[in-house]
Amino acid sequence: MMNSRTEVHAKPAAIAQRSDWLGVLSRSVPGELKALAADLVSDVAFERLRAPSVGLVMVRGRAGGTGNVFNLGEMTVTRASVQLTDGTVGHGYVQGRDKQQAELTAIVDALLQQPKRHDEIKSKIIEPLRQNAEARRIENSRKAASTKVDFFTMVRGENVA
Amino acid sequence: MYVAVKGGEQAILNTHKMISEARRGDPAIAELTLTQISEQLRLAVDRVMAEGSVYDRELAALALKQAQGDAMEAIFLLRAYRTTLPRIAMSEPVDTSRMTIRRRISATFKDVPGGQVLGPTYDYTHRLLDFELAAEGLERVRATSAAEPLEENVPRVVDLLHHEGVLQEDNDDGNDEVFDLTRQPMSFPAGRDQRLQSLARADEGFLLGLAYSTTRGYGFNHPFVGELRLGEVTVEIVPEELGFPIAIADVTVTECQMINSFQGTAEQPPQFTRGYGLTFGHNEGKAMSMSLVDRSLRARELGEDVRHPAQNEEFVLSHADNVEGNGLITHYKLPHYVDFQAELQLVRQLRAEYEAARAVQTKEAAE
Repeated sequence: MMNSRTEVHAKPAAIAQRSDWLGVLSRSVPGELKALAADLVSDVAFERLRAPSVGLVMVRGRAGGTGNVFNLGEMTVTRASVQLTDGTVGHGYVQGRDKQQAELTAIVDALLQQPKRHDEIKSKIIEPLRQNAEARRIENSRKAASTKVDFFTMVRGENVA
Repeated sequence: MYVAVKGGEQAILNTHKMISEARRGDPAIAELTLTQISEQLRLAVDRVMAEGSVYDRELAALALKQAQGDAMEAIFLLRAYRTTLPRIAMSEPVDTSRMTIRRRISATFKDVPGGQVLGPTYDYTHRLLDFELAAEGLERVRATSAAEPLEENVPRVVDLLHHEGVLQEDNDDGNDEVFDLTRQPMSFPAGRDQRLQSLARADEGFLLGLAYSTTRGYGFNHPFVGELRLGEVTVEIVPEELGFPIAIADVTVTECQMINSFQGTAEQPPQFTRGYGLTFGHNEGKAMSMSLVDRSLRARELGEDVRHPAQNEEFVLSHADNVEGNGLITHYKLPHYVDFQAELQLVRQLRAEYEAARAVQTKEAAE
């Protein structure tokens, strides 16, 4: 329960913000995060509170999508926790087994909590990651949209003049 | 007997080498990489993740490589691997109504809000072998992109029917004790949570056979695919050190909402009932079979006669897991020398007694 006191009493807006950037970091493509963060974090001194380790998260669903909860199956997740020299604690959770990505996420999470680094890290790491993810989502969705059936363009044989 | 086991040691070591050579095949041919497997044998990887019950494309690809493509062996490897990892958290239930849609069809409504999105499907292919794929180095056809993406949240078809009351609703009864097969033994009668978890990791072939049986008179159901959707859902957890939810992953799932007729009882008016299928990865046949078997296993709950195999939860759930089934069936290959010697002695003795009795009978008949 590292640093739990401060976090439990954090303001809802601050929690929402942190939840948002952690979500962006956790779901980033490993190579992208490394490329964006490498220079920004290379000289950051930190202590490992929890060395990166791989574990499982049980993914749950709901019967019928809306009913009772059931256990669908597990997924691999890697987590890490770090503490910066000023005491700021950062946590990283990422899908899969990339330990470097998990620790990088934790360091970036800690930096984002520092008022003096927040804006820079947000604009140089979080926003580009978010934009890349959104661009991928839109591109995939446009491909799916190309397979959408347009019933109204069908012409019945007997109506053809 | 111990002597025989000891003598097998060298033979076993050598069989490992032989399997390694067989797995590699002709060394003149380039070796498969895990990314090749996870990118180009996607559906095989998806099946291994679903039945291995661990979402990790790279591990599933490794398992397939190690098993030379044998899905069941790969599933076994993945299940064995998961036992070495600690459980970090339980996720919040995934919200499939917020899925990023890649495919979404309904067989019940033509003009469904959000539209019929065919996605990547073999449904409209001719099932003719494509010899162009045998040629290497060709550029393959790419997907077309529409000008606009799909709507961000495509509503679930079943949710559209609820207000009319013609479709049974699936509501959360607030019970937060969720059955977990990875920590609890199978028990009967099973709750729907236990059944759905068991079916989600069940053997696809077994479920397909059972689902097929329900439509051929062994537990009559006339099913309609209310909706089949494929895409990515966000997995959220509440890490205990944070105390608030964070999204940790987007995972691919296939969901099937099967709608079935129900005559009603004295207490319940006639309405459609539902079966649910949800699997990791793109596993359409599995999700459809799962939803049909989920519905047939609701027989008891809906006051229907339990007369057929697919309605019998003890039969279905006890035999649906291919790691368990494979384990028992393949163990018959292991040395049973002592058991067999005992049986052999018994059969010889019984035969001697039988022959002796017959000799007496023949003698008596002759006299």
